[in-house]
Amino acid sequence: MGPITRRLASLEKGRGWTVFLILTAAFAVGVPLLNAFAPADSALHVPTWVVQLMGKYLCYALLALALDLVWGFAGVLSLGHGAFFALGGYAMGMYLMRGIGDRSVYGNADLPDFMVFLNWKELPWYWWGFDQFWFAALMVVLVPGALAFVFGWLAFRSRITGVYLSIITQAMTYALMLAFFRNEMGFGGNNGLTDFKEILGFDMTADATKVGLYVATVLFLAASYLLCRFIVTSRLGRVLLALRDAESRVRFLGHSVTGAKLFAFTVSAMIAGIAGALYVPQVGIINPSEFSPANSIEVAIWTAVGGRGTLFGPILGALTVNGAKSFFTGVAPEIWLFFLGALFVVVTLFLPKGLLGLAATVKGLRRPTLPTPDTQPSGEKTHA
Amino acid sequence: MPRRPSFKLLLALALTAMIGAVLLVSAAAPARAADAAAFEAAVTALDQKSFGDKAKAVDALAALGDARTPQVLRALSAGQLVRHKETGRILIAAGGTLTDAATGEAVGPADGAPLAKIVANNQIRTQIEAALGAFLLFSENPAERITAARQVLGNPTPEAAPALVRALDAETDAGAREALTRALAAVQLLGGGTAAERLAAVETLSDTNDPALKALLTTAAANDPDAAVREAAGDAVKAIDTRMAVLEVGQNLIFGLSAGSILLLAAIGLAITFGVMGVINMAHGEMLMLGAYTTFVVQEVFRATLPPSVFGLYLVVAIPAAFVVTGAVGVAMERGIIRFLYGRPLETLLATWGISLILQQAVRSLFGATNREVANPEWMSGSLELLGLSLTANRIVIILFAFAVLGGLAAFLRWSSMGLNMRAVTQNRRMASAMGIPTGRVDALTFGLGSGIAGVAGVAISQVANVSPNLGQGYIVDSFMVVVFGGVGSLWGALAGAFSLGVVNKFLEPMAGAMLGKILVLVFIILFIQKRPRGLFALRGRAFEN
Repeated sequence: MGPITRRLASLEKGRGWTVFLILTAAFAVGVPLLNAFAPADSALHVPTWVVQLMGKYLCYALLALALDLVWGFAGVLSLGHGAFFALGGYAMGMYLMRGIGDRSVYGNADLPDFMVFLNWKELPWYWWGFDQFWFAALMVVLVPGALAFVFGWLAFRSRITGVYLSIITQAMTYALMLAFFRNEMGFGGNNGLTDFKEILGFDMTADATKVGLYVATVLFLAASYLLCRFIVTSRLGRVLLALRDAESRVRFLGHSVTGAKLFAFTVSAMIAGIAGALYVPQVGIINPSEFSPANSIEVAIWTAVGGRGTLFGPILGALTVNGAKSFFTGVAPEIWLFFLGALFVVVTLFLPKGLLGLAATVKGLRRPTLPTPDTQPSGEKTHA
Repeated sequence: MPRRPSFKLLLALALTAMIGAVLLVSAAAPARAADAAAFEAAVTALDQKSFGDKAKAVDALAALGDARTPQVLRALSAGQLVRHKETGRILIAAGGTLTDAATGEAVGPADGAPLAKIVANNQIRTQIEAALGAFLLFSENPAERITAARQVLGNPTPEAAPALVRALDAETDAGAREALTRALAAVQLLGGGTAAERLAAVETLSDTNDPALKALLTTAAANDPDAAVREAAGDAVKAIDTRMAVLEVGQNLIFGLSAGSILLLAAIGLAITFGVMGVINMAHGEMLMLGAYTTFVVQEVFRATLPPSVFGLYLVVAIPAAFVVTGAVGVAMERGIIRFLYGRPLETLLATWGISLILQQAVRSLFGATNREVANPEWMSGSLELLGLSLTANRIVIILFAFAVLGGLAAFLRWSSMGLNMRAVTQNRRMASAMGIPTGRVDALTFGLGSGIAGVAGVAISQVANVSPNLGQGYIVDSFMVVVFGGVGSLWGALAGAFSLGVVNKFLEPMAGAMLGKILVLVFIILFIQKRPRGLFALRGRAFEN
């Protein structure tokens, strides 16, 4: 075994790799197979709309994973991750928008419909290049990454921590929401971007495209999981954990707290951008409400429900909570907000380690996972 | 101004000019003393076969300017003017009785009398309408005269000058006089007057704030044949511009203060809970909402059970009611949930967010998702003019109210023993605890106090905004920004933060639009806390360093 293989193998301990591979295979191969080959009336059949719904949830899971990297491991509760998600989504939406071409309502091959409607004569400069997939794909990670880098640099440098940082990130996403609501911004205003026709030449309404997008989401989620695992098991990951629990001490030991946090924050924002980019073609629309602060806070509860600081927990949490959301909004829409609200309270009060922590307690096993934040020493970070 | 009235006005002015011309030529006595016989003849002349002759008769009648002319013309227009077939007298048949058109003498019931209607067509009606407009300048009612003068001012033509001069001569009411003077000045400046008159007109008009008159002066400054008039008009335009600019600054300042005082009310509760407990209450916005709904309920109770005469007092009851309701909810939240989360501020944030979702849905289920209407009591509606600024009463009351709440809270913190305890816990929780201060109780009461103030803020908000379950969401980000900007746990910080944000927002709005203004403010705050991470008024001491 070479050093790289060894490092890769060390990402998971015990049965970790087995579980990871089985889950990935089940989601990436098993579900599409059941969709394509199981007879429509059998219990095993997975209809395409379910595949699409799962794809949507997995995008949320990816977003929750991104938040866990900064919240669970660096103690930075960002309430603005929805902004990175939406920016990635907008970058992808712009590519899809350009892909419509002259099939739009106004039939203008050079301009999206809303620009024709606004009487614009030519494409604004920030739309240049979005007819190329590679450029849009680059922007999906670069734009959220750059915003996170600049914002994080400003915030971490002046040692804004704890709830202050949460509020400021919330203000960031709020400001972006207001900005994207403006028609003059050139992102479709209130209506956002929608009515997409094709992605990379594939018809968006075709079942095969939907399943393909789902598989891509599974693969990106698996890869991002490994990337995050790689980061948190690295030396930098140790520093992140340490600064989560006692920031000043890490600083006094000579580590660059700002640098470590900034790195995690930027990577996390890029993953969130990818999640948004995968999300938009699957739901067929992106509009400014994705920036709303409430969305970002909901991501925090997915992460907390699953168990933060575990990387796997947020994925579980996002799937569970969103599954419950679909169930409740179908059965009794009034109940859903009560349930979600109660979830926030119950999880913070009784399940600080989330579902994974609960499972561990129930089994009476001591899982060999990383310590969770409530083990932090007292005296630091209280009453921030 | 809509099209039709201005068209009528033109006609009115043309007619007024004619009346004036007739009067000038004959140098006759004032119109109101027109010869009764001539008037009667003119009225009789209305009974014509051809509409052309009838139109001439209307003109002639209008030119006489008798006090009864409008009445006769209105009757003709409404089809109430009749001729008695036997006596040949022209009568007005209105409300079942007949009156003599020329003298106003009552003739008897209309029933059964042999009458022939004098018909008017649309052209004549229009003509009458115009003639009546001119008569408004000589109306008995000063308010009507002022309206007529303003109409001339809105569209001055040189032809209107003689009528204005005449109306001015007879005018006794000060307000109407001023309006007439201005109208005359506008007419003269436009070309009706001599150079001296035009110069005087510029003088008269220079104190206006009316953009139409400013445009008039601008035209005069560019086109007047006389250099002195041009210069005077130019100076007047400059003076108007300066005054308007000052006025706009004043207006923005007042609006900003008013918006700021709402923000202040919304934010001080947040500032003290954040300061004392280091806890972000994401359900703070819902406390505003609950306060507003309490106001709504109190209002409904007043409507249902008490006489309308005391309805205006419902606000006075709503304020303590809202304080008690939201304060109780706050204490319950603190005792039930938040105290278990001390030392975990991020979890507290999430838990309180959960509570906010529950409260929103609860209110939505109870009261419905639609807006509820909360009426301004009488003593809060209306507006007053101050140095050319128009201020609505409710805004002023809210500004004063915000200061009263802030003052009360400051006094409470400064002089009460509870306030002393709160300050001690804010500064150093452990030391305060060691000195025997019951920190748990202080926490609960602080949370109750902060929530109660939010409820009171909700009462104020209900007076200026829609009451809906989402009410709190609109204020929460702004309130946070006030606290972050002003500094945690500092009342003066909240004051400075709220008013600067309110005022800055209002000044940015006309330049950048409401949304962009808000974005700029948020960006500014994000940059600001680079320099002062703990806000404008940071608390100092070892306890805050980490």
